[in-house]
Amino acid sequence: MLGLSILLPFAAAFVLAALPAQRSHLIRVFVVAVAAIGLALSIAIFLAYDHELGGYQLREEYRWLPSLGISFKLGIDGISAVLILLNGIVFFAGAIVSWRLQPRSKEFFFLLLLLVTGVYGTFETLNLFFLFFFYELAVVPMYLLIGVWGSSSDFGTFIRTKEYGAMKLVLYLTAGSLLVWVALLALYVQSGAGTFDLEGLQQALRDGAFSTSFQRIFFPLLVVGFGVLAGLWPFHTWSPDGHVAAPTAVSMLHAGVLMKVGAYPILRVAMTLLPEGAQFWAPVLIGLATVNVLYGAIAAISQRDLKYVVAYSSVSHMGYVLMGLATLDPLGVNGAVLQMFSHGIMTALFFALVGVIYERAHVRDITVLEGLSKRMGVTGAFFAVAGLTSLGLPGLSGFVAEFLVFAGTFRTYPILGFLAILGAALTTVYILRLLAKVFFGPLPERWAHLPDATGYEKAAMAMLVVTIVAVGVWPFPLIRVIDGSVKVLLAGMGVQ
Amino acid sequence: MRGDLLLLSPEFLVAGLAFVVLGVDLVLRRERPGWLAAIAATGLAGILVFTLVYLWGKEGALYNGTYAVDAYAFFFKAFFLITGIVIILMSVEYVTKHLTRAGEFYSLILFSIVAMMALAASSELLTAYISLELLSFCLYILASYTGDSRKSDEAGTKYILLGAFASALLLYGISLLYGVVGVTRFEDISAQLQLLQGTSTNPALIAAFVFILAGLGFKVAAVPFHMWAPDIYEGAPTPITAYLAVASKAAAFALLLRLFGVAFLPVAGQWQLLVALLAAITMTLGNLVAIGQRNFKRLLAYSSIGQVGYLLMGIAALAHQGSNPVSASHPAAIGIVFHLAGYAVTNLAVFMGVIAFSPPEQEDIPSYAGLARRSPMLAAVITVGLFSLAGMPFFAGFVTKFYLFTAAAQEGLLWLVALAILNSLISFYYYLVIVRWMYIEAPTDPKPLRLSGLTIAVLAVLLVGILAIGLYPAPLVEAISAATKAIAG
Repeated sequence: MLGLSILLPFAAAFVLAALPAQRSHLIRVFVVAVAAIGLALSIAIFLAYDHELGGYQLREEYRWLPSLGISFKLGIDGISAVLILLNGIVFFAGAIVSWRLQPRSKEFFFLLLLLVTGVYGTFETLNLFFLFFFYELAVVPMYLLIGVWGSSSDFGTFIRTKEYGAMKLVLYLTAGSLLVWVALLALYVQSGAGTFDLEGLQQALRDGAFSTSFQRIFFPLLVVGFGVLAGLWPFHTWSPDGHVAAPTAVSMLHAGVLMKVGAYPILRVAMTLLPEGAQFWAPVLIGLATVNVLYGAIAAISQRDLKYVVAYSSVSHMGYVLMGLATLDPLGVNGAVLQMFSHGIMTALFFALVGVIYERAHVRDITVLEGLSKRMGVTGAFFAVAGLTSLGLPGLSGFVAEFLVFAGTFRTYPILGFLAILGAALTTVYILRLLAKVFFGPLPERWAHLPDATGYEKAAMAMLVVTIVAVGVWPFPLIRVIDGSVKVLLAGMGVQ
Repeated sequence: MRGDLLLLSPEFLVAGLAFVVLGVDLVLRRERPGWLAAIAATGLAGILVFTLVYLWGKEGALYNGTYAVDAYAFFFKAFFLITGIVIILMSVEYVTKHLTRAGEFYSLILFSIVAMMALAASSELLTAYISLELLSFCLYILASYTGDSRKSDEAGTKYILLGAFASALLLYGISLLYGVVGVTRFEDISAQLQLLQGTSTNPALIAAFVFILAGLGFKVAAVPFHMWAPDIYEGAPTPITAYLAVASKAAAFALLLRLFGVAFLPVAGQWQLLVALLAAITMTLGNLVAIGQRNFKRLLAYSSIGQVGYLLMGIAALAHQGSNPVSASHPAAIGIVFHLAGYAVTNLAVFMGVIAFSPPEQEDIPSYAGLARRSPMLAAVITVGLFSLAGMPFFAGFVTKFYLFTAAAQEGLLWLVALAILNSLISFYYYLVIVRWMYIEAPTDPKPLRLSGLTIAVLAVLLVGILAIGLYPAPLVEAISAATKAIAG
């Protein structure tokens, strides 16, 4: 089943390439169908994971390059199961929202499908070579996706072209992957096991192949390398520029899912294989993550471009993920994983909404946009839900996740726990101001004729809203799956 | 003796084919250059099949061990024959449009293939030297083949002068080495050098290594001996540029691998750091200077200098860390040959794109503006090629680089690997700039570009090659592993 979920978007990309470019309707139907099957597969994978059994499940293994210890090995635990579900949902919503994308839509969806292949692969593989392979694959299509279909920001004194955003994003992420590459080679050599297999390397760890000093040297390499994609401060600057420049579906996928492709290997590779390094560097990491939270929130307050607000808010919320991971506390790590899911859905919703508004108003300047709720009622309501999730209103998914992160932080670093809550307060500032100004103010003449989101856009966004509420009200199905795997992870690290 | 000579039949056949092409050219005059290409390409294909069948599993040494018929030479024979076929197919339209004297053109390519086959098989210094000279002479003429172009003339002249200088350096190094060890066969050199182990460092030996490395450094365009490459890449007819970038480089590395993996291995401690430093400056300078290039062929010249840096890193990794080894590192040897193969397919694809797109006077990168709209296939193949050169997944370059870098890291060169990885980032930047011109900028001349059937076929085959190596490299790696066992492991 795992192999199928990787093969599906990959094969679909090439089928798509064979379709005639003029038949744009056929192409759209095809992509949405693929995304629907992908969603069904993701749900099936999530349900097939047996949380009571624990460990890596749904294994598949194929010979690939034995002389280098590389096999195409797949398997998931509870953490990956949740993220696979996230990917299925966001991709489906993104495919629907891109329905009206016009110029060169065939190439667009071709690249988007490759991106999705990379995401599934990263979450599902148990071989570090393939993890790196899929991780890089998630970077390759980005330059064209942003450069060709993106949009530039021009605020007179502040100009960011889409080419700039695209190049910055790609170079930052590639730079991050370089650190990862060096560290992976070091792990390979140091283990002496001649394998890139994750479990093989875990065995090497238990046999004492990775000395304390080795772990302390290479843990930061992995964390910074993957952290670039997770939006770790101060390596986050590609994210606002890149995500703002990207077309809607790409922003949704990239901020919603791809940033988790950065956070997930920190947990799966860095913390699993280098536990002593993790314990040594955890105070630094949690310090940086706190800066993430606060810096992102303060930056979001001062933006004029609606999309930049969302992008910085995304950076701020990824800070909670990294904080939770760095607590090395069961509550905190559980919260981090749940926050990955919650943030993914919420950010996807945010970017979808910004896309809807921008497509109609052709402006994203929040000093110009006013009172939109009167004409775009559903859009406004959904934006309120996303906003309230973001500031952590109880009953929505963000609350549960952030609460767990705070609890974990208070148990380990109480002072930073206060700062984290301050971050949530700052979020309230920019979200409520935004809602009041852009949606609930008086409606000027200029916006009096804006149509609301179309039916299918509403449907896609409603799906995200329902997910947010469902997880907020009843997070148990997700948490019980996550919790078992987090316990195994922390036990393997030798922390309680 | 008669049986022995038969082992050389692939070389004889290619040389014979060259004369056949010359002869047919006499009869045909100048009317049908395409026929000559057809004869040359089908002839090579026939020889390839014959070689694969006839030499499969055959081992032997000719002329008192100066000429090896082993798995290693066998692999490279096939490699050069395939490259030769592709180059000839790539040249067909270019020759018809831009060149006269097609007969000599194709026969010179065939002669140079003989030279490269001999180079990969030579297991003695003078045989190697003579093969290298034969190769160089063919390339000197081919590089200046566009007789009426000043750039081409300049390229050819520079190439001859600097090439001759490099050959002199190489010969000087060889004579110094002979002065120390008194033998020229690689295995004998290795044995002699083993006797020298433990004695104090011999200055003459160091000088010999430096001169040999400098001479061969010229041939593969390693920094600081790279000055000729950009001018010649720019001035030479584009198919020949591709040939220089791919085949002649592979041939030189085939020799380097034997030389450093067998002959010089016992004193690895004395040259490893030298080669590693050479690799470091070669990859860094090549990639940094490439950023500023506006001419596509010059850019590819610098990028291929960067690639040479990676390959030299592999040569440095042949020596096991910290000991005086008995045999070279097998993973490093595989890594070098594997990367050569992946690099060859990829580079041929990019060059085919350049040939198909640009008339000789239009090689500036901005002239590629909007190519994606004028010819989606051409833009896609060039993009795939560039991504593969940068080492992005799905494509050959990712796996081959990964293999080579892993092997180097295993031999304790992690610092150099880290530098190489950093260089990959730099190279990705300037490749992306080209992608930007092709996909994002609007075309100056919007009319669609029509590709001939042959061009499309060659592009498609190379594209499949890049993807095949990138997605399932095991068969190729196993073949290379078997081939390199002859010299390492």
